[in-house]
Amino acid sequence: MTEHLTILEAGRAEKNYWRDLWRYRELFFILAWRDVSVRYKQTVIGVAWAVIRPFLTMIIFTVVFGRVAQLPSEGNAPYALLVFAGMLPWTLFATSLGEASNSLIGNSNLISKVYFPRLIVPTAAVVTAFVDFLISFALLVGMMIYYQYAPSWNILLLPVFMVLALLASLGPGLLMTALNVKYRDFRYIIPFIVQFGLYVSPVGFSTSVVPAEWRLLYSLNPMVGVIDGFRWCILGNDSAMYWPGFYLSLGVTALFLWWGIALFRRMEKSFADLI
Amino acid sequence: MSDVVIKAEGLGKKYLIGHQSERESYTALRDVLTRNVKSALHKTRQLLSGQQLLAGDEVEEFWALRDIDFEIKRGDRVGIIGRNGAGKSTLLKILSRITEPSTGRVEIRGRVASLLEVGTGFHPELTGRENIYLNGAILGMTRAEIKKKFDEIVDFAGVEKFLDTPVKRYSSGMYVRLAFAVAAHLEPEILVVDEVLAVGDAEFQKKCLGKMEDVSKNEGRTVLFVSHNMGAMTALCNKGILLNQGTAKYQGAIQSTILEYLNHFTKTNRKIEYPIAKAPESEGIKFLYAEVRPVENVRETDHFEVGDPIELEFIFQNERQDIRALDLTFHLYDEMGNLVFVGSTGFKWKEPKQFGQGEMKFLCRIPSGLMNEGFYNVQEILIVQDRGTVLFAQRDVLQFEVIAKQEENWGWMGKKEGIVLPTLEWI
Repeated sequence: MTEHLTILEAGRAEKNYWRDLWRYRELFFILAWRDVSVRYKQTVIGVAWAVIRPFLTMIIFTVVFGRVAQLPSEGNAPYALLVFAGMLPWTLFATSLGEASNSLIGNSNLISKVYFPRLIVPTAAVVTAFVDFLISFALLVGMMIYYQYAPSWNILLLPVFMVLALLASLGPGLLMTALNVKYRDFRYIIPFIVQFGLYVSPVGFSTSVVPAEWRLLYSLNPMVGVIDGFRWCILGNDSAMYWPGFYLSLGVTALFLWWGIALFRRMEKSFADLI
Repeated sequence: MSDVVIKAEGLGKKYLIGHQSERESYTALRDVLTRNVKSALHKTRQLLSGQQLLAGDEVEEFWALRDIDFEIKRGDRVGIIGRNGAGKSTLLKILSRITEPSTGRVEIRGRVASLLEVGTGFHPELTGRENIYLNGAILGMTRAEIKKKFDEIVDFAGVEKFLDTPVKRYSSGMYVRLAFAVAAHLEPEILVVDEVLAVGDAEFQKKCLGKMEDVSKNEGRTVLFVSHNMGAMTALCNKGILLNQGTAKYQGAIQSTILEYLNHFTKTNRKIEYPIAKAPESEGIKFLYAEVRPVENVRETDHFEVGDPIELEFIFQNERQDIRALDLTFHLYDEMGNLVFVGSTGFKWKEPKQFGQGEMKFLCRIPSGLMNEGFYNVQEILIVQDRGTVLFAQRDVLQFEVIAKQEENWGWMGKKEGIVLPTLEWI
């Protein structure tokens, strides 16, 4: 048996960090499983919450943006489908951000009593949000059947965009998690970001509404690329993909992810002292 | 392969304390900003130089640990001894990687599992069965390992009937038993245990101690153990490290470490003596000497254990010629600031004693079978004339510590609750 040698030193960059993370993968799964199984305990309708919330929001957005504001859909797609295709990744993002940022504080007894790579906790929280996402995805399938809307082959690429949505949520999520440990202000900032972002991101409307000269700038919002991608997959050829903007969103997502991980890892060592 | 499993060199841990760091656990950005405005220049400089925003003018460094060197060999069972705040828990936290050292380095060979609190990560909504897996994973066991030991754990905790009940419905005893059972079945090469075992009833504690002995003695695991209970230490450990104010004062066999601790670090301020020229004086009363000491022939060593008789001596000088009717009163407080009792000659003597010029000696004895574990403070010594006029008063005179009974090695009962622990007569 090879012996496990650990060296602890001030400010030592953990060389085995990623290997450690792999070693603790079971903890990751079990924490994610715990969060999922506890999430709807002692609620009457349980998992239905994961469906009801986005469904009601979808109805309101369809009425407000589609009927009242008379905004155009993409191609022949029903407006409700357009909204829901955007709502799915947005809800994933919003829930992840909220869950992740509170995850470390919610688990402070773990942080101050046991060692494990702290990255596990917010990541597991994002997975919890992903489970909600999958449940509401079933609703999307139901809606497509209701509208008798046949998807194109593009839908095969949907898993790729799901991963992208996860990564886009994880980056800002980690950033907020790390900062929230030190400055609890971020607990109050997050609901604001989420509310603000709902209108800034193309959830209730199509990106094609944005004037062409502003679209590249608009794509700085990483959720624009993700939502466009979802619509492209689900609505198929009814939705035209604006690729330069998508690559920009991709870049911003990568930047946030890198920044989030870097900041998290730098602050990680002091979590136990701060929390 | 070297036989040293833990090697620490120059280990230190620094905390910043001060006005701002006190609120560190809940720092509002607003507060930080307000302070920034107050000392904008200073802050900006700090921000630019990349120092932490929390640091301010009033910050002072506090070394919880400093320059600790030690080596622990494979199979050693090391007891870490020291008063509250000596740095024991900080040391364990560093070794279990919860917090990182500020200076120095540690080399650890093998997996470390730490038991700083039983039931860490238990979720009240989950059932006993689910919590076993959850807690096991948190403590570093793989799913396969837990599965293999599952029956053993359940059996040890004695909760078969309630396996599928959420643990929030458990009695606190069951909760703790289940938590300890999981922890006790860990199989790391190095086990770090804080004083977490002061839980459960006596019978269960006996079981825990047995299990701990099993793990350490028979399976040759390296164990680091912190406890205030010297009895448990003696029973479990073979080596000791004595910490005082963040530095290692002594290392050696457990018995000699405990002796060293009892002899040099439990008496805090047990004697005070003034030369007559510098003695505090008021109304012609001079305070010369005070001491708290064990009653002769009770113990070989110079410390107090729970229930020991304790002798207090006070010597004053009456400078005035006239004869005065005087009493002595003192107040004994515990470390929490509770008044334990008031001692006074006034309770004993029908009349105050008549003292002429010269030395006045007061000697009293706290009877055996009364004192509980803890730190005590002899405060407010008063010399009272004619049962009414305070002539002399002095605060914070003596401090002493009473430790748990050493013989009591059958469990980790921890401190028994209550301000005093009288030996009751059961008829």
